[in-house]
Amino acid sequence: MDSKFIKTIKWLGLGFLEPLINLFQGKETDKNVRLVLRQIIAPVLSVFIFLGVCNFGASYLYNIEKERKIEKTRADQGGAAAEEMERCIDSGEASCKPNSLPSPGDVKEGAKALWADHKKISESKKAFKNKTAKINAQRKASGLEPIKYTGRPSFVDQIKTSLKTVFAGFLLAAFLAIPAGIVLGLSETLRSSLNWIIQILKPVSPVVWLLLVSMVIKTVLANSDSDKSFIISFISVGFCSMWATLVNTTMGVSSVDKDFLNVSKVLRLGVFSNVFKVILPASIPMIFTGLRITLSVSWMVLIAIELLAQSPGLGSFVWEEFQNGASNSNAKIIVAMFVIGFIGFMLDRIMMIIQKLVSFDNN
Amino acid sequence: MAAFLELNNVSKAFGEGANRVEVLKNINLKIEESEFVAIVGFTGSGKTTLISLIAGLIEPDEGEILLNGKPIKGPGPDRGVVFQNYSLLPWLSVQGNVELAVKKVFPQLNKEEREEHIRKYISMVNLSSALQKRPKVLSGGMRQRVSVARALAMDPQILLLDEPLSALDALTRGSLQVEIERIWSDSKKTVMLITNDVDEGILLADRVIPLTPGPRATLEQVFNIGFSRPRDKALINADPNFKKERNAILSYLHKVGKQRSDQETLNIQLPDLKPQLVNRKLPF
Repeated sequence: MDSKFIKTIKWLGLGFLEPLINLFQGKETDKNVRLVLRQIIAPVLSVFIFLGVCNFGASYLYNIEKERKIEKTRADQGGAAAEEMERCIDSGEASCKPNSLPSPGDVKEGAKALWADHKKISESKKAFKNKTAKINAQRKASGLEPIKYTGRPSFVDQIKTSLKTVFAGFLLAAFLAIPAGIVLGLSETLRSSLNWIIQILKPVSPVVWLLLVSMVIKTVLANSDSDKSFIISFISVGFCSMWATLVNTTMGVSSVDKDFLNVSKVLRLGVFSNVFKVILPASIPMIFTGLRITLSVSWMVLIAIELLAQSPGLGSFVWEEFQNGASNSNAKIIVAMFVIGFIGFMLDRIMMIIQKLVSFDNN
Repeated sequence: MAAFLELNNVSKAFGEGANRVEVLKNINLKIEESEFVAIVGFTGSGKTTLISLIAGLIEPDEGEILLNGKPIKGPGPDRGVVFQNYSLLPWLSVQGNVELAVKKVFPQLNKEEREEHIRKYISMVNLSSALQKRPKVLSGGMRQRVSVARALAMDPQILLLDEPLSALDALTRGSLQVEIERIWSDSKKTVMLITNDVDEGILLADRVIPLTPGPRATLEQVFNIGFSRPRDKALINADPNFKKERNAILSYLHKVGKQRSDQETLNIQLPDLKPQLVNRKLPF
């Protein structure tokens, strides 16, 4: 029972908790205390040290910015105004706060503000829904589009939009790259004929892909009223991130163990069984390594692409906050940074678990 | 009448130009139906090349290989191969591995008949308890039995065993040798066994044919083994004839090995060099 529990924990990638569980059960105290120190206490400590360094850096920059602001006021408006400004800054008033790197405390406040904002917006959404329920039912009955909430999206809505875009892009990448990779892996002629194109397109920057995709989409969907910015951004994400899967699938398929191919040859398997019974299962680990890279690349480029494509999501949230310049904008940007990092980490973990489920060599 | 399997002047070389190595040269071999033939030889003498040729995985440069009087074209399920390294597909269970072969060779069977067929061959190698297990959790001996079951389940005309027991420990090898003989006498298949173990060859085969050391390995002398069947390992080990046969084969192998190495010794003039200390600074 216990060992099964520990196995599950390890399988979920939470293996660092194992010594703690053992310690609670009083197993091998000395060894487990040492392991807990190394695997849990030390990382937690390093987080605190990190926060401390951030705090120090932030207050250092804050002081520089504060001095400059006071000096500027003195030069522009004279000594009395400068003293007034200093008092205003020390009182912590938002209107005269120097604009610099936010401290961990500010970031916490920013996160709270974002959460409160989300609460407020979801409530107003709910109210809107209640209010329009009746009208929408009528509109639906008469074949009209329902009235949609058009207010400002909250931070959580932005996260949802970003995840939607990244999944659409990731699926596009997988659907393009895996079949293409298999075909390229099987045919050496095709591989060498497309090699140049792939090598050249692979390192192209996300920004250029975005521009290219929008050139095409603008023409193709000129008269459609679909969400163009969403389509452009997810296609760009897909194109930027598919290369890792393409290259890995090609590699995996073209380097299947000779023994497995011999089995297939001796059994005289047809092309279909050869691909689906031998080659694909053998290259699943490689394909999934590619998919993991693809997912993390798509999450990374997504932010830049949203920022440029004016498509809603975390990227545009960051950009709007930067343009906004309110007293807690910088803190919100840092909150977004950590949220982006954490989601990226979780996505990778999920892919890792799926990989363990489907591949033969590591479970 | 032509023999069941016939190799006529088969030669195979690898590489080009100066790197060309003639592995097999003028191989002539005739195997009758239901015969058990063992080919013994040193490592690197081209044993696996020989079996790959018969399996159709590679093509001979010269000569022809006839099965039932017809030249072989590529690999096929009429020749069941048991590879040295088992070559089981790790993502399939024991049953799945055998099923892959059975489905291909007997597409007319329905699901129940097919499972029945698979179970028959898996129980033939005493693995019924491991039907649903993956190869990864099986021991080397068990994996090799799965490989044998897979080859047998295809109901091939000839079974090609490529050093099937060389990766196993001595005890497992002994028990599998007994099983191979039993399976052979039950199924009366033609078997060609490749091995580097002379004792194994004598224990199992009707004829032991040493492959001379490579390059340009060939088959020259044939040793007929006359022990009665079924053979008992302990009895045969004690039999003075066994020692005689073994000594004959081993001394033959050593003789041709020595002749070969005498011929092959190259007399290369080594340059007269002295080590020199280079006085240079390392970058780090």
